[in-house]
Amino acid sequence: MSILVYVEQAAGKIKKTSLEAVSYAYALAQKTGEGPVVAIALGTIELQELASVGEAGASKVLHASDARLNAGVIQAHASAVAQAFHSVGASTLILAKSSLGDAVAARLAIKLDAALVSNVVELPRLEGGFVVKRSIYTGKAFADTTITTANKILAIKKNAVDQKTEGPKAQVEPFAVSIPEDDFASKITATEQATGEVLLPEADIVVSGGRGMKGPENWGMIEDLAKTLGAATGCSKPVSDIGWRPHHEHVGQTGVKVAPTLYIAIGISGAIQHLAGVNSSKCIVVINKDAEAPFFKAADYGIVGDAFEIVPQLTAELRAAL
Amino acid sequence: MRILVCITHVPDTTSKIQFTANNTKFDPTGVQFIIGPYDDYALARAVELRDQTGGTLTALNVGEAETEPTLRKALAIGADDAIRVNSFPKDSFFVARQIAEVAKDRGFDLILMGRESIDFNGGMVHGMVGELLGMPSFSPVMKLELEGTTVKMAREIEGGKEQLEAKLPLIAGCQEPIAEWKIPNMRGIMSARTKPLLVLEPVSQETHAEASSYQLPPAKGAVKLVDKDQVSELVRLLKNEAKVL
Repeated sequence: MSILVYVEQAAGKIKKTSLEAVSYAYALAQKTGEGPVVAIALGTIELQELASVGEAGASKVLHASDARLNAGVIQAHASAVAQAFHSVGASTLILAKSSLGDAVAARLAIKLDAALVSNVVELPRLEGGFVVKRSIYTGKAFADTTITTANKILAIKKNAVDQKTEGPKAQVEPFAVSIPEDDFASKITATEQATGEVLLPEADIVVSGGRGMKGPENWGMIEDLAKTLGAATGCSKPVSDIGWRPHHEHVGQTGVKVAPTLYIAIGISGAIQHLAGVNSSKCIVVINKDAEAPFFKAADYGIVGDAFEIVPQLTAELRAAL
Repeated sequence: MRILVCITHVPDTTSKIQFTANNTKFDPTGVQFIIGPYDDYALARAVELRDQTGGTLTALNVGEAETEPTLRKALAIGADDAIRVNSFPKDSFFVARQIAEVAKDRGFDLILMGRESIDFNGGMVHGMVGELLGMPSFSPVMKLELEGTTVKMAREIEGGKEQLEAKLPLIAGCQEPIAEWKIPNMRGIMSARTKPLLVLEPVSQETHAEASSYQLPPAKGAVKLVDKDQVSELVRLLKNEAKVL
């Protein structure tokens, strides 16, 4: 049976997290003997870009090119994906966890009478039912979750599988959707999005600053380090609360939860609420002048010392080494 | 204007998470339970909107009797009445079914809740309720203003936000900075004791994806400290030992 993947786009480019979801579906198909993997993409996207979804593991891409779907209109996206699901006769839908993906998946769970499991961290186990491991308590624990419905939706956490990049180009098919007018009743009137930067929730490397940076005027050094590494920048809650940095950079329990390969925390003490947002990182580096900062207990590597001396040095060393 | 706010009863964010009964049950020993922090934002905004429109505000929780102090706190913060659906919240679908059932004949114009519970982090109940009731749903909503029957919202997206306009009735999963958390005052706490709290039995037992067992992440090894005069050593370790560069 086909496995459908809902891939998201931003300005005509398929999102990297969606390509990871395609690779997850590919690995799942290998494991269960199901297939093929079919992606559904919405809005204006070039043919070449659509075909490249094959490299991540899709054999076919359905393309609903209605330009009204360029924006993340939640209900309309849910209706379009539901039609694709029925059209290809899928019983499994895979998507990347994201702001839009989460909202769309929840509506689809009802439309498709499907179990929805979010924050999935690895491939399911198939002995004794379809058992999915997901992250819970904001990364402080995991739950094995048994799906009891025929249809299922898995929202994949970043880094659940390695992204496949060597697959053949996918076959692209236009897909005609009929979406109720009502689904477009709510309007997106403006979108403000950081451009030309690595987006925090999707970044492989994150450099974050805390109150130890003493003021927003000192963020240049965080940005230099981030630029050198191709990283996104983040911050602690106090920093976004006092307005030194925008809210979408706040990493933590009530902010963005990140799962990068490398997380570098500078001048952040490591309150438990901040750790909850970073505990899925593969490797954590802490730079703090207070040797007693709780963050060192959660770190893989640390330097005790003054960020204002260490960070520029680190940037220079990295520039030389990379 | 009738507003419903759905709240979760969850361990405080500083809790040490542990399991019992051969890792099949959450261990509440020594854990303090609170209104979920995202739900607390939803509740705070709901109180403001109720005051602005002169409407009513109902707080809802799906949970067993032990969650009543949490519901009473919502009443102390400003909800007019409360409903508890008397069941352990087995999974998101189960909870969404109960909320939809409570809401379907009570004519709420606005249903607010947190973007996600901080125990299971599913972030899906608002969307499921929306689909069950045929209402639009939005999450994570960081700003929500009423202008007549038009709702102006900001929804956080990766690296920024979207400005939205929609019509009532609708459902929103909320997060900061939609409002400042409210702390109950003495008058609120006193009046909460006598505000109505209705207990309903669940309408269905159907579940889709129940957690069957739990695990804790492997213990973290000790931090490897690098001398502040040896920054190049850190680069070497990241490159050759951790292999993350």
